[in-house]
Amino acid sequence: MTGTTSTTSTTGTTSTTNVTGTSGVALSAPAKPRRSKAGWNVLGLFVLLTAGFPVYWMLNTAFKPAKDAIDPDPSLLPTGFTLGNFHRALTIADFWGPVGRSLIVSLTVVVIGVIVGMLAALAISRFAFRGRKIVIVGILAVQMVPLVAMIIPVFLLLNDLGQYDRLTGLIITYLTFILPFTVWTLRGFIVNIPKELEEAAMVDGCSRTSAFLRVVFPLLAPGLVATSVYGFIQAWNEYLYALMLMSQKNQTATVWLGNFTTKHGTEYAPMMAGSTLMAVPIVVLFLLVQRKMAAGLTAGAVKG
Amino acid sequence: MSAAETTTPAKLPPSTRHVPPTPPTGTDAPPERRTPKATAAIPWALLAPCLLVLVLVLGYPLVRLVTLSFQKFGQSQLWGFQPAESVGLDNFSQVLGDAEFWAVVVRTIVFAVGCVVLTMVGGMLIALLLQRVSGWMKTLINIVLVASWGMPIIVATTVFKWLFDSDYGIVNALLSKLPGVELIGHNWFASGPQGLAVIMLLVVWGAVPFVVITLGAGLTQVPKELEEAARLDGAGAWGVFRYVTLPILKPIIVMLTTLSVIWDMGVFPQVFVMRNGHPEAEFQLLTTYSYDRAFAVNDYAQGSAIALLTVVLLLGVVAVYMRQMLKIGDVE
Repeated sequence: MTGTTSTTSTTGTTSTTNVTGTSGVALSAPAKPRRSKAGWNVLGLFVLLTAGFPVYWMLNTAFKPAKDAIDPDPSLLPTGFTLGNFHRALTIADFWGPVGRSLIVSLTVVVIGVIVGMLAALAISRFAFRGRKIVIVGILAVQMVPLVAMIIPVFLLLNDLGQYDRLTGLIITYLTFILPFTVWTLRGFIVNIPKELEEAAMVDGCSRTSAFLRVVFPLLAPGLVATSVYGFIQAWNEYLYALMLMSQKNQTATVWLGNFTTKHGTEYAPMMAGSTLMAVPIVVLFLLVQRKMAAGLTAGAVKG
Repeated sequence: MSAAETTTPAKLPPSTRHVPPTPPTGTDAPPERRTPKATAAIPWALLAPCLLVLVLVLGYPLVRLVTLSFQKFGQSQLWGFQPAESVGLDNFSQVLGDAEFWAVVVRTIVFAVGCVVLTMVGGMLIALLLQRVSGWMKTLINIVLVASWGMPIIVATTVFKWLFDSDYGIVNALLSKLPGVELIGHNWFASGPQGLAVIMLLVVWGAVPFVVITLGAGLTQVPKELEEAARLDGAGAWGVFRYVTLPILKPIIVMLTTLSVIWDMGVFPQVFVMRNGHPEAEFQLLTTYSYDRAFAVNDYAQGSAIALLTVVLLLGVVAVYMRQMLKIGDVE
C-alpha cells in the first residue's frame, strides 16, 4: 500500500506546485486524491463486476433450484439455496472414477516432475559447464512448441509403445508438458538462494550433497510446494490430450465435464454444479500459490 | 497485499545476490580443482532424466511430425497393415491448394490478433487502473483476477456456454433489457463470426489476469522519480505513459505479447467444447482443422502437415521472443 500512498502524495505535490511551504501541500493533498480516487474506484468496480461475473454466475446457478435456472427472465440475485444440483451432477455420470484418475495422473506427474525438474534446475543454476546456455535456451524453446500441434505424433508414439488408453501414457505426456516450466521456475527460486550459504556449509565440512540437503533444500521448500501445486493444476486442467489418449471408459475429470451436455441434453444447473466441483479446489489452490509463483517466475524470467 | 507489490522486482540489474558460477576462490577451491572431470559430469548427470523425458516425448514427436507430413499415413498405416511410404510434398501441395485451408489461416490470424490486442490493451488499462484505485478495491480486483486466471479452461468454457445460451442465458436476458435490443432466443453460435467473438471474449477473459499481474509487477519497477521529472517537465498523463512507462515496460510487453500470440494461436478446447466436439466449417481454426483432418478424416499425414505449417507460422513470432530471452541471458 505504501506505493499507492506515495503516488497520490506526489500527484498532490505536483498539482499544487505553486503552493509554497509543506503545510499547504499537506492540507491540499488529502482532499484532492480522495475526489479523484472515487472516479477510479467506480471504474474499478466495473472491472471487478465484469471479471467476476462468470464465476459468480457459475456459483449462483449451481446453488439455485434447477427450475429457477431455466427462467427466461433470470434473477441476478440468488433465488434460493439447494444442493440438489450437486446431487444430480454426481449421479448423472460416474464422477469419482474420472476424478480419481485425474488425481492419480496429476499427483504422479507432480512428484516425478518436481524431483526430475529440481535436479535439472540445480544443474543449470549451480554449475558452470560447457553447453549450459544451450540447455537453457533449449528448455525455453521447448516451452514455445504449441502442444496442440504435437497431438498427432504423440498419439502415434504412445500407440506404438502400447500406451494408448493407459494412465502411464498420459502421465509421461504430461510430464513433458510441465517439466520445462518446472525447471525454469525452480531455477528462479534456487538463484535467489545465496550461493554463499552453501559455500559456508562446505567450508564447515559438508559435502556438496549434504550442503544441498541441509541448506538449500529447506530454503527451497516453499518454492517446491508452489511449483508442485502449479504443476498439479496444469496436469489437472489439461483437456485435449486426456480426450485423445484415453477412451471413454478411462476418461479424466476435464473430459467428464466436457462431455456433460452431449450425453444428457442440456441440464445447465447440474452442469454448473459439476463445474463448481471442478473449479473450486483448483481456484483455491491457485489463490494460495499464485503470489509465490509470480515471485519465482519473475526471478526466473529476468535473470535469464 | 497484492501480488503486484510482493513480486520480486521484475527488472533488476544483475545483483550481487546472484553469483555467477565461476570457480570459487579461497578456502573451498582446492576440492573443486582436484576433481575437474567429476565436477564436469555432475551437471549432466543431474540433467539426464529431464533431458531424457523431453527428448523422448517432445523431441522425437517433433521429428515425427516432420517426417509424417511427408508420408502417406492413414488408418491402414496406423494399424500396421501397410507401411508408411514417402509421398514427397504431396500433403503440402494438397493442403496449400485447398481454398478452405487459406480461409482457416486467415480466420486463425484474425482471431489470434483480435485476442492478443484485446488482451494486451485490456491488461495494460487494468494494470494502470489498479495503481489508481483504493487499496481495498485493488485487493478485491486482484482476488477476482487470480480466481478467473485459475479457472480450468474447460470449466470457463462451460460457464460461457451457459452465459450465452440462446434460451436461458443471462447475457441475452440482460442485453434484452437495454432499450431497442431484443435478443431473447438469439443463438450466438448460428454464425461463425459471432460465435468466434464469444470465444474470443472467453479467451481474453482467461488471459487478461496473467497480463495484468505481470504488468503490475513491472509497473512497480518504474522509478517514481522519472515519472515525476517528466511531469515537472510538462508531460501530461499520456506523455508520461508514452515516454517513461512504456519504454521501461517494453521487455515485459514483448514477452507477454509473444506468449499471448503462441497461446492464442493454439486455442483448441474453447472452440472444441463450445461446439460440442464438432466445430462447424466456419468455426475451424488451424488447431481444430488439423485435429479434424487427423482424427475425423483419419488422414494423419495431412493433419501433421497442417500442424507443421502452424508451427512455421509461429516460428517468426518465437524468433522475436528467443532474441529477447537471449538478450536477457547475455546480461547474466
